[in-house]
Amino acid sequence: MVKVCVPRDSSALSLGADEVAAAIAVEAVRRGAAVRVVRTSSRGLFWLEPLVEVETPAGRIGFGPVDAADVPGLFAAGFLGGGEHALGVGPVAEIPFLKRQERLTFARAGVTEPTSLVDYEAHGGLRGLRRALSMAPAAVVEEVVASGLRGRGGAAFPTGIKWRTVAAAEAPRKYVAVNADEGDSGTYSDRMVMEGDPFVLLEGMAIAGYATGASHGYVYVRSEYPHAIAALEEALAVLRAAGWYGADIQGSGFGFDAEVRVGAGAYICGEETAMLESIEGRRGMVRFKPPLPAIKGLFGMPTVVNNVVSLASVPVILDRGARFYADFGLGSSRGTLPIQLAGNVRRAGLVEKAFGVTLRELVEEYGGGTRSGRPLRALQVGGPLGAYFDSSLLDLPLDYEALARHRGMVGHGGIVVFDDTVDMAAQARYAMEFCAVESCGKCTPCRIGSTRAQELIDRILRGEDAPANHAQLLKLCDVMESASLCALGGMAPWPVLSALRYFPGDFGLPPATEAARVV
Amino acid sequence: MKEAVLPKPLRRPEAPQYPAYDTAQVAAVLARWADTSGNLLPILHDIQRALGHVPPGAVGQIARALNRSRAEVHGVITFYHDFRQAPAGRHVLKLCQAESCQAMGSRQLTAEVEALLGCRLGETTADGAVTLEPVYCLGNCACSPAAMLDGRVLGRVTRAKLERLLDAVGRG
Repeated sequence: MVKVCVPRDSSALSLGADEVAAAIAVEAVRRGAAVRVVRTSSRGLFWLEPLVEVETPAGRIGFGPVDAADVPGLFAAGFLGGGEHALGVGPVAEIPFLKRQERLTFARAGVTEPTSLVDYEAHGGLRGLRRALSMAPAAVVEEVVASGLRGRGGAAFPTGIKWRTVAAAEAPRKYVAVNADEGDSGTYSDRMVMEGDPFVLLEGMAIAGYATGASHGYVYVRSEYPHAIAALEEALAVLRAAGWYGADIQGSGFGFDAEVRVGAGAYICGEETAMLESIEGRRGMVRFKPPLPAIKGLFGMPTVVNNVVSLASVPVILDRGARFYADFGLGSSRGTLPIQLAGNVRRAGLVEKAFGVTLRELVEEYGGGTRSGRPLRALQVGGPLGAYFDSSLLDLPLDYEALARHRGMVGHGGIVVFDDTVDMAAQARYAMEFCAVESCGKCTPCRIGSTRAQELIDRILRGEDAPANHAQLLKLCDVMESASLCALGGMAPWPVLSALRYFPGDFGLPPATEAARVV
Repeated sequence: MKEAVLPKPLRRPEAPQYPAYDTAQVAAVLARWADTSGNLLPILHDIQRALGHVPPGAVGQIARALNRSRAEVHGVITFYHDFRQAPAGRHVLKLCQAESCQAMGSRQLTAEVEALLGCRLGETTADGAVTLEPVYCLGNCACSPAAMLDGRVLGRVTRAKLERLLDAVGRG
């Protein structure tokens, strides 16, 4: 019986993975070949999707991108024995893009069946939770503090410190709320965790619950992720049936359960307090802080709010120890970061590396340059609120501090690549358009400022008193940055200001002086 | 003692007339979520799944069941892009408008699809077959441009590919 793996990740499905899996099953029957088609998660090598992997004594041999029409040819070429075929990519683990990564959080990506607990445990799953349950809750918190893990959702707040605050709060109930409202364009690592390795997120949640004294969790998933929602529901049911979720987990006396909540198409609900409002059944309007959610969060109770990747990084920290994790990375950016290459890039996919890898390595060595083959012109790092950089900044290392020095951010780790056909004025205008569409409307700088900024950009582009309107736009951006209630209004100016700084010609403005480029 | 002069009661405006809807289905959804805290979003999702939209007439029924004001319920329905107050076309096509897809030509693709269907983003074709909507990221950014047709995610989308799929589901 030959095991053939076909991913069930939604990107693979969007390229016909279901059809490929069906075609393999049909062709196997037709030829009388003993084949077991297994639906695994994705490796995150998306330019090769659908990537079919055949298990051989020499390891898994890959073929991709496979179309259903290629399947008879693959059989004819003897792909079940790892035979030569034009789509062959050799042993998957040896593909340089994958081999040079440091996969901790995504160790199981593409390897396991997402909702098989047996597979999960066989690949290191549940070891973190087992060890946590053998420790005092406060020791679990300190382990996470010592790992240096910072929130991977965008704000980069130290995860352990947040847990400490919740653990110290006295309350009749506490919650763990997972922010799975991954709305940033160019990011998909949360989706990959939830679809491909949902147990690791649920394990991280249970550890967070144990450490902080919370007994109930919510995973707030965006409605644009139907496959993630289904995988989480399935994984929850499996864990409950196996006694890893519910009352009295494995006889430890600790009880924890969770439910999946589905968003309804609102980018702002990725802001933690807006998400809490939404879970409570209201408009996703941002709350004033303080009080911090860690003190007064969901239903007024102390709440751990963590991003998916942050929580999914916790099991390996508990399993291997804080020191092991912190040894990756540098300065105050410890551990690994799942970076997502997207947009106009030849090899788009997930790169999990220790902090410190440069943009150039990511875009040129891993990404292989633009997909269109044209010169690279701009990069947007960190989502729709992240700065645009030009090619002169490619040698920047991807860590929190280095990007902050250039008025950029790591954000959720997405990098969108643009070739030389991009109109940066249109991109800047879009940032404000998006802010206007998605603003919750609570604070004036964001609600009104985003529309006024679009008008100012339009006037600059029409050449109407450009110097004055440019000056006015800079002033408006300053107001939005300083006076908005949350990061949406506060950072929507970043793509605009960076586009003005590095690409003034696209706005019909004179070239920036060297002084203006230095921030 | 002078008799108190009470203000004349205001005449209540006529209650607005909404199209009839399946109240039993809505009641069943409300019953299903009755014991869950913060249940309004799951309720609205389920009503929309059952009826294809959240009928404006149902706002009162939902508000009464949750002991919240109609304004509050209406406010939630209108805040979120997902909830519809009127039925969509027979098929819903969402085209991603966010940066990663822009980098792979989504602006051009959107213009072509608008021309193909004869309707703009946010509109439904004249024959009621297809509703075309913007979406801001499907998490399929490694395979841009992305789209979603009747809940199915599509990657590396081209006009030809969409045309083929739309023909297959029977637009028109």
